[in-house]
Amino acid sequence: MYKFLLCWRYLRTRYIALASIVSVTLGVATMIVVNAVMQGFTEEMYERLHSILSDVVIEAHSLEGFPDPKWHMERVQRELGDDVVGMTPTIHVPAMLSFQYGGQWVTRPVQLIGIDEKTQATAGEFARFLQHPANRDQMSFELREGGYDTVDHQAAKGGGGSNRDAMKGAGTERRRRNYDAQQRFDSAVQRAPGTANNVAPKAGSQPTIDIGSDIFAEKRPEPKVEYDPLKPHTGVVLGIALATYRDKENQDRFLVLPGDDVKLTFPTAGTPPKALDDVFTVVDFYECKMSEYDSSFVFVPIEKLQELRGMVDPQSGTRFVTAIQIKLRDGVDNQLVRNKLRRAFPPELVSVQTWQDKQGPLLTAVQMETRILNLLLFMIVAVAGFGILAIFFMIVVEKTKDIGILKSLGASSSGIMGIFVGYGLLLGAVGAGGGMVIGLLFVAYIDKIADALAWLTGKPVFDPQIYYFFRIPTIVDPFTVTWIVAGALTIAVLASVLPARRASRLHPVEALRYE
Amino acid sequence: MSNVQTSVRERFATRAADEVADLPPQLSAIGLRKSYRKGPSEVPVLRGVDIAIERGEFVSIIGQSGSGKSTLLHVLGTLDQGDSGQVHFAGKRIDNLPTRQRDRLRNRSIGMIFQFYHLLPELTALENVLSPLMIAEGWLSYWRQRHAFRDRATKLLKTMGLEHRIHHRPREMSGGEMQRTAIARALIAQPEVLLADEPTGNLDQPTGREILGILRTLNRQEKLTIVMVTHDLAIAEQADRVVRLVEGRVEQAD
Repeated sequence: MYKFLLCWRYLRTRYIALASIVSVTLGVATMIVVNAVMQGFTEEMYERLHSILSDVVIEAHSLEGFPDPKWHMERVQRELGDDVVGMTPTIHVPAMLSFQYGGQWVTRPVQLIGIDEKTQATAGEFARFLQHPANRDQMSFELREGGYDTVDHQAAKGGGGSNRDAMKGAGTERRRRNYDAQQRFDSAVQRAPGTANNVAPKAGSQPTIDIGSDIFAEKRPEPKVEYDPLKPHTGVVLGIALATYRDKENQDRFLVLPGDDVKLTFPTAGTPPKALDDVFTVVDFYECKMSEYDSSFVFVPIEKLQELRGMVDPQSGTRFVTAIQIKLRDGVDNQLVRNKLRRAFPPELVSVQTWQDKQGPLLTAVQMETRILNLLLFMIVAVAGFGILAIFFMIVVEKTKDIGILKSLGASSSGIMGIFVGYGLLLGAVGAGGGMVIGLLFVAYIDKIADALAWLTGKPVFDPQIYYFFRIPTIVDPFTVTWIVAGALTIAVLASVLPARRASRLHPVEALRYE
Repeated sequence: MSNVQTSVRERFATRAADEVADLPPQLSAIGLRKSYRKGPSEVPVLRGVDIAIERGEFVSIIGQSGSGKSTLLHVLGTLDQGDSGQVHFAGKRIDNLPTRQRDRLRNRSIGMIFQFYHLLPELTALENVLSPLMIAEGWLSYWRQRHAFRDRATKLLKTMGLEHRIHHRPREMSGGEMQRTAIARALIAQPEVLLADEPTGNLDQPTGREILGILRTLNRQEKLTIVMVTHDLAIAEQADRVVRLVEGRVEQAD
């Protein structure tokens, strides 16, 4: 009983000891915050990656692909039976995207993906990341009349999404206005020959055909437009980061909009591949919030790509694809499926990978980061343990007389030890508890804190330009929190054991005599 | 001085005759030796002390500093152990008991007060008085009996004239008040023996007399056996019997 009373009194009267546990508090708080954020990032990334990638992918080794995806899919269906929820053939090729902005050609390397708009949704979440509500219901490569989202529909939950007013004019209307502008421009060129180069082309205008000086104009008059210029080309969905940039106010500025035309240059399927280009019309943007994908993915209809790249056998009409995406039933172990499919398909022709295999390095990197951070932070708490050790030795020396008194009253050595170990435990509990509260509060208000820090330092702490998340994702795992707090408590108790042993071994007479 | 001693002896003799004729002494030491090690040399403190304190006796041990009187008291009170010799408590040898049993004996049967009061500074007077009971009982049994214990401690403090100091910390009290609190603490477990180590050494004369008065009353009314160590003859003479300790031996005073 006296142990509890004395622990409690010591805790309330020794502020120096409280100072020694501030580092425990900070360590615990930091560990909770770091773990919550890392966990948040990992989960978010997993979710994003998994929704972008299908569970298992069969891929060709070459850009030429393999023929007859239908046969492959039937084979997969036979192998896996009910475990398959959906399948879709795709073509993945490297490509260059070019568009005109501010009178200059902007060219970017991209990953061109030919998708089957009808079955794409069955193999993974794709439509959900599009910017037109109708496309989210049923994806189409047709240009929409208008009605694109003017706010980020994925950020709507927590607010703070970028304002995208420019999207108001996107769609067919945009195309009409581009055409009008082009017409005005052309007539201006005709009215004032030789001044064409002085006129700055309008932002985001259609690729113009520079007719050069009028000498050539006379010899080779501008070709008559035989097609309807308002009729869109084949549709293309661009990763949103390819078409936008973030300005200082964190607003998305659009370089191209749905309705504008872009050029894609990609290799043909032959050997050696030759570069081929064609004009496409942007019909929507793809925004999965993974900057790596948002800034490299370009989707076109698979048939068009097969025709352009020469992936259709002219005699039999068999089409080629480079990959088949497979979505599995929930709860099916995709590694088992992968191994099954690896046995079914010759490895020299295709490779079978799960989405984790494909993103392995990234996922392991995040896991390793978390582990190392935890290790380092735990070191901080351990250092705090040494602080407790030192302070406790001091307190034992200070309390020498009291220890003698207690012993003279009949307290046993183990009782004395209990006081100091209990005191350590209590201090640890206060420190770790405080740390837990601070950590959890920090996590709860992390965005406000990040804003405040950004305001103080003038630099954004969490740059949405890099992550494309508006809020810092956090997940508080009760299990992790428990572990952290238990670890801190253990350290506090361990640090108090040595001084407590010393206290318990003090000779009562000498302790009483101590001044 | 010899008058005083004679009268003490007479008093003791009568009491011994009619009360404790065939009972073993409350506390006794036989051939007690102890020396402290100071570097390579050994400093003998007790050189074969024989002493017997009967039940209900008020004995004072007097001697100059370094005569070993405090050490004797510590050994008698099981706070310390002699190098050789025996200590008996109510006829039972206690110097060779295991630590735990000696802790228990000290907690239940021996009360101690000191020159510097030795109260715990973090606790109030009441808590200080209760501390031997807290040590004696597990927290559950203490919790069950807490009201009885509190009443007992409050009553004890009241008899010590400290009802206005019950919730005060030691640093808010005067020396006399602290010593009275210490006496209350020593008595709470209802011990058979009270060992007092220079109980008035740090107090002014009137306060010292007051404390002695309390001890004497306790001895007379409660029949409490008291062993008091002092270097002041005037104080020592307040006891029934004075034992003189010279160079680690009991000097036969007759």
